[in-house]
Amino acid sequence: MLNAKPTWKSTLKTLLYLAPLLLITAVFTIWPLLNAFLMSVYTKYNYFTDHVGAIGWNNFAYLWHDPLFHLACRNTLLLALVATPLTVALSLLIAYGLNRIHHLARFFRTIYFLPFVTSTIAVGLVWNWIFRLDGGLLNRILGWFGYSAIDWLNDPHYALAALMVVCVWQGLGFNILLFLASLNHIDQRYTAAARLDGANAWQRFTNVTWPLLLPMTILIIVNTALTNFKVFDQVYALFHGSAGPGNADLTLLYYLYQKFYVENQYAVAAASGVIFFLLIGGVTLLTYGYFRHRRRQMGGRL
Amino acid sequence: MNRHPWLTLFWGLVLTIGAVLTLMPFVWMILTSLQPAATTLSIPTSWFPRSLNWVNYLNIWRAAPFAQYCLNSLLVTLTTTLGQLLTSILAAFALTHLRFYGRRLLFGLLLILMLIPGELLIIPNFITLAQLHWINTYAALIVPWLASVLMVITLHQAFLSQPKTLYYAARLDGASDWQYLWHILVPTNWPVITAVTLLQVIGSWNAFMWPLIVTNDDARRTLPVGLMAFTTEQGTNYPLLMAATVCVIFPLILLYLALQKYLVSNILSSHSKG
Repeated sequence: MLNAKPTWKSTLKTLLYLAPLLLITAVFTIWPLLNAFLMSVYTKYNYFTDHVGAIGWNNFAYLWHDPLFHLACRNTLLLALVATPLTVALSLLIAYGLNRIHHLARFFRTIYFLPFVTSTIAVGLVWNWIFRLDGGLLNRILGWFGYSAIDWLNDPHYALAALMVVCVWQGLGFNILLFLASLNHIDQRYTAAARLDGANAWQRFTNVTWPLLLPMTILIIVNTALTNFKVFDQVYALFHGSAGPGNADLTLLYYLYQKFYVENQYAVAAASGVIFFLLIGGVTLLTYGYFRHRRRQMGGRL
Repeated sequence: MNRHPWLTLFWGLVLTIGAVLTLMPFVWMILTSLQPAATTLSIPTSWFPRSLNWVNYLNIWRAAPFAQYCLNSLLVTLTTTLGQLLTSILAAFALTHLRFYGRRLLFGLLLILMLIPGELLIIPNFITLAQLHWINTYAALIVPWLASVLMVITLHQAFLSQPKTLYYAARLDGASDWQYLWHILVPTNWPVITAVTLLQVIGSWNAFMWPLIVTNDDARRTLPVGLMAFTTEQGTNYPLLMAATVCVIFPLILLYLALQKYLVSNILSSHSKG
């Protein structure tokens, strides 16, 4: 019975335990996964009868020529490129601070984590009210300092910045916790030794703490970038179900939603989903690859 | 270790500013929700409500089928979370304690599936549900989410660290696999199970894109989707809207405050190798 090799009988018995998971996963993950790729090459498709008229690359050609899709790609990349470093840097700063102080660290940690448990839609509506032209909190504060009010949500120049603020605000909590976990695991003796050697606080951070944090930082960068690539709820709530002034906040997922749910162009939406998948897969691999390369360059220091 | 007092002051300042900015939307939400909503413009001009208008909290239950949204959210959250716990516990137990052909293959497959963005599956899943005539039913909101690969992997890690001798001892004493699972393995892994449960409750309660797509009337809308419907119907009646958002956000905040030690320690331990 114990430590035995698997037999057909034990396999059959185990299947009873695995059956619920396998059934749901097969129907709602594996089958749609295959379908998502197949659908992207269907060109004449009736989804209700499941009849495929023809297959080809037309959907991808459509995306290639669609200025809205270009805009969605541009916005998503811009959002990820600005919001990701900002989120990571700020969460590292706060985590480092939490690691330095003794009093109230737990209290602060609880506060910083609150946005993580908060409904994006609900708080997105609050942000909509904060960014409002007349009576919004932000413009009231700007008014104090004598600045004129800015129409954050209706001015295409500011709409993406507003979205970035919301993404950074919501992304901090989880990252702070991850950085804290990593910081707590750094042996105090390393920094103490550096101090004895005469290193100041900044030198101790750049030469001791930062290299030790690097593996966690890579994980956090990839994680945050992926989150920022998948932004949808924030846009929907911030602009009450639109993609902002002149599609200024049209993200890739919002494009997919619009093509799929609003315009009923299922195959085009599926093709944009495939591009989205390749893009985030590519970004993940590139980030890991780059840092692995850097690590090898740094050689013995890590 | 002697610390520079200025440095402590500096970090205290940084952390306080950060905390104020983090709390700002919550404070603004609560302040607005207590403003009177009777004016035509419905945009409060003062910072603080002159008197506390709790009446907004009563009015949201009249202004929209808010009670129905709450009920739907509760039902969907409870059933998906319990269902996921059941499927994941069974699968994680099988993967760590039982012997069967293809174990490594299955685990590898799960690891790959964990990397697939769920958004990719929305369109084909919608079509499956349309063919089943499940659109705008509770089944559409619940059944596709009854399995969570992430939860299986998390529980797999926890169950794997359980000493196998305990399992062998229980089996020698005559306990069946089923008894060992529910009487020993699950109770001893209670902290992890609480943490994954809480994470799933947060995920289900706040889920938006899927419920938005598969529901089309008030009878099946969950709170986040209902909140958006409420917004379009009520226009910019901010005090009323903010009272509604308070009702969506606060149940989870209270749950988090009550259970945060499990959640935090789970996140800290599962990523400490990073």
